[in-house]
Amino acid sequence: MTSPVLEIEGVSKRFGTNLANDDISLTLAKGEIVALLGENGAGKTTLMSILFGHYMPDAGRILVDGAELPQGKPRAAIRAGVGMVHQHFSLAPNLTVLENVMTGTERLSSWRSGTSAARKKLLAIAERFGLKVDPGARLGDLSVGEQQRVEILKALYNDARILILDEPTAVLTTIEAERLFATLKEMARQGLSLIFISHKLDEVMTAADRIVVLRNGKMVAERRASETSKAELAELMVGRLVTRPVRKPSAPGALALEAAEVTVKIDGVERLKSINFRLREGEILGIIGISGNGQAALAHLLSGTLSRTSGNLLLFGKPIGNLGVAAIVDAGIGRIPEDRNVEGVVGEMAIWENAVLERISSPAFSQHGLVNRRAGMAFAKEIVDQFDVRGGSPASRARLLSGGNMQKLILGRNLHRRPRILIAAQPARGLDEGAVAAVYGRLLEARRQGTAVLLISEDLDEVIALADRIQAIVGGRLSPTVEAGDADARSLGLMMAGEWDEPREADHAL
Amino acid sequence: MRFERREQRPFHLLLLTPLLAVVAALALSGILIAIAGAPVLDAYWRILLGAFGSRLSATETLTRATPLMLTGLAAAVAFRARLWNIGAEGQFYIGAIAVAAASAKLLGNLPAPALVPLLLLVGAVAGMALILIPLWLRLRFSVDEVVTSLLMNFVALLFVSMLIDGVLKDPLAFGWPQSQSVSDHAMLPKLIARSRLHIGLAIAIALAIIVHFIQSRTVFGLQSRATGLNPAGAVFAGVPLGKTLVKVACLSGGLAGLAGAIEVMGVKGYVTTDLSPGFGYAGIVVAMLANLNPLGVILAAIFTATMFVGADGMSRGLGIPNYIADVTVALSLLTMLIALFFTQYRIRR
Repeated sequence: MTSPVLEIEGVSKRFGTNLANDDISLTLAKGEIVALLGENGAGKTTLMSILFGHYMPDAGRILVDGAELPQGKPRAAIRAGVGMVHQHFSLAPNLTVLENVMTGTERLSSWRSGTSAARKKLLAIAERFGLKVDPGARLGDLSVGEQQRVEILKALYNDARILILDEPTAVLTTIEAERLFATLKEMARQGLSLIFISHKLDEVMTAADRIVVLRNGKMVAERRASETSKAELAELMVGRLVTRPVRKPSAPGALALEAAEVTVKIDGVERLKSINFRLREGEILGIIGISGNGQAALAHLLSGTLSRTSGNLLLFGKPIGNLGVAAIVDAGIGRIPEDRNVEGVVGEMAIWENAVLERISSPAFSQHGLVNRRAGMAFAKEIVDQFDVRGGSPASRARLLSGGNMQKLILGRNLHRRPRILIAAQPARGLDEGAVAAVYGRLLEARRQGTAVLLISEDLDEVIALADRIQAIVGGRLSPTVEAGDADARSLGLMMAGEWDEPREADHAL
Repeated sequence: MRFERREQRPFHLLLLTPLLAVVAALALSGILIAIAGAPVLDAYWRILLGAFGSRLSATETLTRATPLMLTGLAAAVAFRARLWNIGAEGQFYIGAIAVAAASAKLLGNLPAPALVPLLLLVGAVAGMALILIPLWLRLRFSVDEVVTSLLMNFVALLFVSMLIDGVLKDPLAFGWPQSQSVSDHAMLPKLIARSRLHIGLAIAIALAIIVHFIQSRTVFGLQSRATGLNPAGAVFAGVPLGKTLVKVACLSGGLAGLAGAIEVMGVKGYVTTDLSPGFGYAGIVVAMLANLNPLGVILAAIFTATMFVGADGMSRGLGIPNYIADVTVALSLLTMLIALFFTQYRIRR
């Protein structure tokens, strides 16, 4: 074997009492793809931030081509040929692709900018790795997948030979992710070395040559992709055997929520076009689709933060007007927002305040405009206990919770009072394996208890595992429903691409 | 050396920050005092004596602290909801002139028990009315209120200037541009006899306690905090964003208007264009020093007033310009902002 291009030796890093990295060592060979697998908080991002010089390690060192990298200097890392693609892109949306790529590469003191040479170099790189890009396009006009491509190109433009990608698929659709991994493999074939961070078992199995598993800051295992299995990786990652709960047959009850020809326009653009669905008690209706096809509008409409332009909504058979959040919550509709950090919680407020904020005006939590702190604390305590929210007490700030525990808090405040309807938008997005299982378990339990669950998701496996019936959302239109039993990944994939038969009368008859 | 975000903000740090900021500001001003050729410790001792050395100076300091408490509260409640009301100075003047106008033209003949509360209310309402203009622009057209509320200060001051040189001009003022005086029985009762200290101080302290109660205990307080911290999250939780901001703005503008009213009715009796030596702007410093805590505003206002009043005494004794007070107060804002940064981040080497 040739000498490794990158060696990480005994790196440790402590944040307060939390040992984020504990004596981690790993190597990377030329032309190799290594996946860094671990749950949220396992220390993956910390390790890569140390490698790239964002953090100083407490112990250990990093060698590139056998030469030690000075610590805490991103610039030195770039010069040594290390490139990083961040999860949250570090690009300027108001600049063009070319300007973004060139930023930071030119001397401030130089008189003129070498734009034409840079354009040539960029296009050559793009050509070499099959990363199609328009150098003159404004970054803000590009899709998320294209922006990521620019971020990768920027690293390559800086002559990166070692590329680190932090959760590269977190923001991508399935198709974009497949394309990304094809690119990564091409880059490896051409001699680049790659590390990508992930907590998704499927993608590390398909894309990586070697998989390094981190848990609680420690390196717990290293496996060749060809010599391991998803089940083994899952167990290594979580530290115990986790199984996602599965749906058991159930008998749906009364019609809970019905949409008839509902259209939603935002700023003149139709986000939902004459959609129809029927949701019954005790079932999960899955709305599958690639993000950006109207899911957000659908979730906001049913959460009370968006008004419809035309069409009817029927709640238990009764037509309802445009209800605001308070009325929606009062009607017994639970809501899990798509982005828990932005809409789900106010991070700087206490857990108990987040638990009661959406029902603060109800007599249970306030009287005569005065907040009943004791009742709020008691309510939060119940949620923390019953829903196993770890990492915080009712009085501590919500921001300190991990993604999974934050989601448990949101689930808890909704499910605690047995809602008749639950609108769940991407409830497991970005969660690690253990938390995903917990969320699925709660959704299925709610279904068993008779709650009507509308599951909006872009994860095929999730919808197939949970939903009784499935509709696809494409360009703001909803497909007819298919029974979960009749659906497989292939047929759903076609539906997500907009291929379906026009609705027949039978589809409306239930 | 680099900065890392703190996961936990230790409680003692929140109490310690303003103190450290003030000490740092005093130390930095000390350099200037030394350059001016005066003994630094002696200078600070004289500032303290000048502010609290006698009955007269102590009451004078508290008199000066009164409007600062109110404008400080005005900034604190607005900033909590991320409503950047930089217009307290203008609201102060509008509150003041509204009182003078109402007393001279409308209500002057009412008996004191009715007149005083009514005039205070008039001042508060005038302040509210002024802040509603930038707020409306923000809600309707998304115009940044930092700019508009600041610009309204100049509009307000010129408006006052126009009135006191015109319809409200005092004919007995030998041609000086000053407003007609409010009726004698409209003046606030004194807190301590033979001093300028009036019950405005008690009103300001009471209001600080009330505002603290509103913020920490009421639904409105919770909602306004959520609005400031995460508007999208607040909307999702059903907080009426516009309504909450209107209430916050009314509270903030009302407090600043009240500050103007109280200054007229407690101290001056009439309005000139130098009624406020920048109370509205200093209120921003006071609010920041208090870390936006309404009870902290009381202490921060007293500190600021101490510097202003004390500096006069020091200036007389040592021949150092009393501008040093402005410098110290301004520096304390800078050091407080830096100190606040360190409550959120730690240094690692």
